[in-house]
Amino acid sequence: MNWEIVIGIETHAQLAAASKIFSGASTAYGAAPNTQASAVDIALPGVLPVLNKRAVECAIKFGLAVGATINRRSVFARKNYFYPDLPKGYQISQYELPIVKGGSLTILTKQGEKTVRLTRAHLEEDAGKSLHEDFHGMSGIDLNRAGTPLLEIVTEPDVHSAEEAVAYAKALHALVRWIDICDGNMQEGSFRCDANVSVRKPNAPLGTRAEIKNLNSFRFMEQAIQYEVKRQIEILEDGGKLVQETRLYDPDRDETRSMRSKEDAHDYRYFPDPDLLPLEVSEAWIEQVKGSMPELPQARYGKLIAYGLLPDQANQHMSSRESSTFALSAFTGASRNDIPSLSNWITGPLSAKLNEESLEFAQSRVTSEQLRRLVARIDDGTLSRKMAKEVFDAMWSGEGDADAIIEKRGLKQLSDSTAVEKIVDEVLAANAKQVEDYRAGKAKAFNALIGQVMKATKGKANPQQVNEILRRKLSG
Amino acid sequence: MLNSSLSELSAALAGGKLSSVELTQMFLARIARLNGALNAFITVDEERSLECARRADAARLHDAVGPLNGIPIAHKDIFCTSGVRTTCGSRMLANFTSPYDAHVVERFAAAGAVLLGKTNMDEFAMGSSSETSWFGPVRNPWDTTRVPGGSSGGSAVAVAARLAPAATGTDTGGSIRQPAAMSGISGLKPTYGVVSRYGMVAFASSLDQAGPMAKSAADLALLLNVMAGFDERDSTSLEREPEDYARDLDKPLAGLRIGLPREYFSEGVDTDVAARVCEAIREFETLGASTVEVNLPNTRLSLPSYYVLALAEASSNLSRFDGVRYGHRAAQYRDLLDMYCRSRAEGFGAEVKRRILIGTYVLSAGYYDAYYLQAQKLRRLVARDFAAAFGGCDLIMGPTAPGTAFPHGANTDDPVQMYLNDIFTIAVNLAGLPGMSIPCGFDSRGLPVGLQIIGNYFSEARMLGAAHRYQLATDWHARVPTETPL
Repeated sequence: MNWEIVIGIETHAQLAAASKIFSGASTAYGAAPNTQASAVDIALPGVLPVLNKRAVECAIKFGLAVGATINRRSVFARKNYFYPDLPKGYQISQYELPIVKGGSLTILTKQGEKTVRLTRAHLEEDAGKSLHEDFHGMSGIDLNRAGTPLLEIVTEPDVHSAEEAVAYAKALHALVRWIDICDGNMQEGSFRCDANVSVRKPNAPLGTRAEIKNLNSFRFMEQAIQYEVKRQIEILEDGGKLVQETRLYDPDRDETRSMRSKEDAHDYRYFPDPDLLPLEVSEAWIEQVKGSMPELPQARYGKLIAYGLLPDQANQHMSSRESSTFALSAFTGASRNDIPSLSNWITGPLSAKLNEESLEFAQSRVTSEQLRRLVARIDDGTLSRKMAKEVFDAMWSGEGDADAIIEKRGLKQLSDSTAVEKIVDEVLAANAKQVEDYRAGKAKAFNALIGQVMKATKGKANPQQVNEILRRKLSG
Repeated sequence: MLNSSLSELSAALAGGKLSSVELTQMFLARIARLNGALNAFITVDEERSLECARRADAARLHDAVGPLNGIPIAHKDIFCTSGVRTTCGSRMLANFTSPYDAHVVERFAAAGAVLLGKTNMDEFAMGSSSETSWFGPVRNPWDTTRVPGGSSGGSAVAVAARLAPAATGTDTGGSIRQPAAMSGISGLKPTYGVVSRYGMVAFASSLDQAGPMAKSAADLALLLNVMAGFDERDSTSLEREPEDYARDLDKPLAGLRIGLPREYFSEGVDTDVAARVCEAIREFETLGASTVEVNLPNTRLSLPSYYVLALAEASSNLSRFDGVRYGHRAAQYRDLLDMYCRSRAEGFGAEVKRRILIGTYVLSAGYYDAYYLQAQKLRRLVARDFAAAFGGCDLIMGPTAPGTAFPHGANTDDPVQMYLNDIFTIAVNLAGLPGMSIPCGFDSRGLPVGLQIIGNYFSEARMLGAAHRYQLATDWHARVPTETPL
């Protein structure tokens, strides 16, 4: 029995604004409880919301990055429900008229590129936090997070597997960081996904969906969807019926659990917030934001491909804007032949060093230009790979450019053929036994001879050149 | 002194005839003597008021001070005042003290005015009689068996009985104008957005507007000069050049065209009220104005529109009073839901609960289109009526309320009859227009009648000018209530 999986994803991205969406309080993470909650955030009588312009700009940036329509006029509404960490008794969100409409995101799956259509993205405020432990049967309320600006990004039901869902989430995660609207810190809750999952027979109408909340890592997202799909299919194949409900993923037990069914769903009584005028976004404002935007991932990716990189290789440089900037900067002015090697040096040794020391690309101790010159020295035969690694490590330790290090350490590869031939002759003369063995058909003896030559040159000879000369002389 | 205008008080203070401390003591003494009978004030902090007065007196010695320096002002208890509790007439906030000042309070403090006290009001400004306060009903000084109108009844009575030279009020559907009319004083609701709502406990955000209440139009102008102005903390506050609202006070009325809406002189208006209003309009004609009949055909639709929109907003605005962070919390409860239910059941009075229920209902799934959206459409029709009417006139005049002050308890069992008190005032809020009420005589029982003046957007100066000319020619506004003689 083949089932089609249908998934729509809602993501809450915390916007990179220093202050809250409707108040001047700081959004910095980790402060002592309730120290970053202003009169507006705790909803004292008489206070009023004032929209943070920076949050709006983040939304505009996002809309532009995904090719969406920026609605010239959008409306903030009140979503009414009671909860202790929701101080006003309503959340200010955009309902009927969001700021961003449509757009799409291209993702890379095993089957190739795929486009996920976006329904909308809207601005809203976060709620506070309820803390149920450490209060002896009572609950603690921390309103530091209340009023934090969020962009809720909603897809069409275009995602058809857990793998695609993760690919989408990763692409979105990379994009929001790329355009500097979200720090993407999933542990701190800056980027949270909910997945609406249903299954159906091909061409059948959409099945009953479950909304899975609490997906705060890509791995949990994959596991939760896989579990949920399996659960739904089992029920349906047993002749059962699904109920529309909200489910919570428990990573410890790797299962989803029902949180509330549609019947218990709130009637949110949405209506336009009379404290806020409709948000008008002028053409000039959009242009201004456009001017402040970095080159977008698609364009960057195109440039990497134009350097002759394969899609997989190119993608490895796309994990962040800085990563791609570093790669492109290294490639600029490099010989075409060096590009694949340069790419490997960046994703290999350089990335390893950065990770080791928790550095960003911009903080790399080896610059893109230094790396380019190092690879050029491999290409022109000056350095062997092994020597290059030594030079790289020296560069990382701050010993200067590749050429200076080569000079200082006398690392120049011996590529003068007459000099190498002379050493080969000496080695052959001193190792008659091995020469005999080789001629008697013992291949191992050849490697021993190469080893002797390399030893005699202190590793500076080009192994390939040694190989050629040795072969020629032995066959002579 | 108790009956002096603000300019007279200002001149007396400037001339050194008396100090702000003496003036404040005079009003505090009168409050101490009469408030027991009138219940106009919820909170009076004598020491704090005198401290304000001493500062004003000191400031006068070495600084150039404005016209309101040292003059005591009473604030409706809907404006947040740091250090003095802000109850909004509710048990819910009976012990609430705001950590910050409302914009209006800040403005008066910056002008050197003395905070005289916080005035009584219908709970959360929901009412037309000032009877729904947790702190007991306010009594009309013209007849203490009667209501003073509402919701700003405490402020109206404070001014009428000369317990304060002037006061602030708020008007969501007539809450400044109707009590001004019933208590025999002058009151102005400015164009929506002229006075910041920051720090004003919200009833219906799209309709609420603060305004001054005083003995005369000239006083209102001085007060509005202090209250008005852009405030970035209120997104609906209008960013406009500051203006002098007293600039038209000396402007003659010749050429003024007064529109008389047929709908405001129809049945349902008390005959005495209609007679006094017609006499007032004749006085305006004597002063050089002309009259023209105008139509406001959607007036009758303003009541249902208002009671959907205002209550929808109120149901949401009052959600924050949940007993979690401040305000009344029930002493005992089983769980979270029980805490909410009990705290709100105990904290809110019957009228507030009625309005929260209606507002919640009209916003509920399946009813929103039928109520809220329809009401929004009606609201636009009402505004369009006024736009058309102002094509042919400068100001619109009519009665402020269909009747005069009614006895306590007369309408408490009939909310719809109570709501009808606002039939002539709420359309102005729906349209966001400025409106005012000035005294224009008395009915056969000796109760004051109010004349309503409605202007086009931002025509407050013109309205005040017209009212001032009328008050120069008449003395209705100068009469002192029979039960509280000077």
